Amino acid sequence: MAMLHIVNKSPFERNAFKSCLDHAVAGDSILMIEDAAVGAVDGTVFSSDLKAAMADKSVYVLGGDLAARGMSEDRIIDGIKVVDYAGFVDLTAENDKTQSWV
Amino acid sequence: MATKKFMYVNRKAPYGTVYALESLEVVLIAAAFEQDVSLAFIDDGVYQIAKGQNTDGIGMKNFSATYNALGDYEINKLYVEKESLEERGLTEDDLMPIVWEDEDDDWAEKPSIRIVSRAEMADILADQDVHYSF
Repeated sequence: MAMLHIVNKSPFERNAFKSCLDHAVAGDSILMIEDAAVGAVDGTVFSSDLKAAMADKSVYVLGGDLAARGMSEDRIIDGIKVVDYAGFVDLTAENDKTQSWV
Repeated sequence: MATKKFMYVNRKAPYGTVYALESLEVVLIAAAFEQDVSLAFIDDGVYQIAKGQNTDGIGMKNFSATYNALGDYEINKLYVEKESLEERGLTEDDLMPIVWEDEDDDWAEKPSIRIVSRAEMADILADQDVHYSF
């Protein structure tokens, strides 16, 4: 039963994102929205944690939240998929359950 | 009234919470009182002055251009912590080129952003009279 994990806190400010990574299981999906979007950028103190999670989980970021914070899509970690609000809805529909890490 | 040194400490990314916008509004109000105003961008606060912000996709007002107006209010000390940039994979090139015009130097445009180390930031914060935290 695959789960969609939704994270909206910056990984540099709170431990919600790290806690999400520590509790998501293989086959789950993780979607970064709002301030969590900055966690998609490669070359940060957080990127190795996220890359490790991507070995067996799918990771997505809301494009609008990335752009609002001045981060272009070409600097995010390879393999992270950029979605819009319609893609956000699709993810909630495709997964059996969702959990928000607020 | 003696001039006091006011420091606005910005530690949050913009848009996710209202802190960044509120800070900017209070800074602009303070500018009217002719105090010695400085801004510090620490931790996620560095995203507030990131170049190329585009809020079309989230339906919120993009207020990043307002930082460029600070120079007109003689607010030209924007301290950005180097370690905070590095931890986020950013460099000074990722920040908006915020400038002010120096009337004592034939209105020459000069950079408002000053990249400082964490140790230097600590000294700068210690040197202020009043701190506003956002």
